[in-house]
Amino acid sequence: MILKDIKELLNAEIICGEEHLDINIEFAGGSDMMSDVLAFGQPGILLLTGLSNSQSVRTADIIEAKAIIYVRGKKPDDVGIKLAEEKNIPLLSTKYMMYTSCGILYFEGLPGVQKSQE
Amino acid sequence: MANSDFELSERFEISGGDFSKAGSISTKIKEILQEIGIDSSIIRRAAIASYEAEMNAVMYADRGTIILNITPKKLHLKLEDKGPGIDDIEMAMQEGFSTATDKMREMGFGAGMGLPNIKRNADRFAITSTLGKGTTLDIIFCLNQTEKK
Repeated sequence: MILKDIKELLNAEIICGEEHLDINIEFAGGSDMMSDVLAFGQPGILLLTGLSNSQSVRTADIIEAKAIIYVRGKKPDDVGIKLAEEKNIPLLSTKYMMYTSCGILYFEGLPGVQKSQE
Repeated sequence: MANSDFELSERFEISGGDFSKAGSISTKIKEILQEIGIDSSIIRRAAIASYEAEMNAVMYADRGTIILNITPKKLHLKLEDKGPGIDDIEMAMQEGFSTATDKMREMGFGAGMGLPNIKRNADRFAITSTLGKGTTLDIIFCLNQTEKK
């Protein structure tokens, strides 16, 4: 699924990385706990989170996530945005809550992390 | 690595409680490993382990150091912190056990996954701790396939 299509499905706003909207996303995972993300995340993941501080971007970089969708209308701080720009990680924000955001993407055929590993 | 005799040693200082820079050392370590051409799967495991260890030191310790040592055979991350230490290491190694504060959880950490996640990603892992003094982690990744755990 192309990130641009994910943006449309979630009616998301681009925070940074508009030039990367054509990247292909193969699976996703959602959590507000970065320790969980570090444990289950896989390279290439689309990360959905409500954690809006710079640790979300730091974690995405460490696990080699392709992009971050902030749920519940959250937006990262300036430190996070600057880091995302340095690391070429597109950031988007949707007003949908975590459950709804994940549900929409799963319904449209984007699997979770585990499923992509099966 | 292109040069089989390649060796590298770098030391990084961690400031306890400084959440604004938390994780920046691990980002730097990841960049160094990429620059010298370490295998990408090892870089990823080392970056995750380093990040978890760095966050633990930022959250719990007064200060700490991470020493990165690379030889042709292994990548060694040694974290030493000056802090409260760990009362029950066996308990701390269990997934889900946490003594995190609300502030730590607000940062996205404190789920009780840190130490188990470090051990899971490392080829070899050792932890020692003295109450009231601090904790030392030895996190080793084998660069030679035959020496992996």
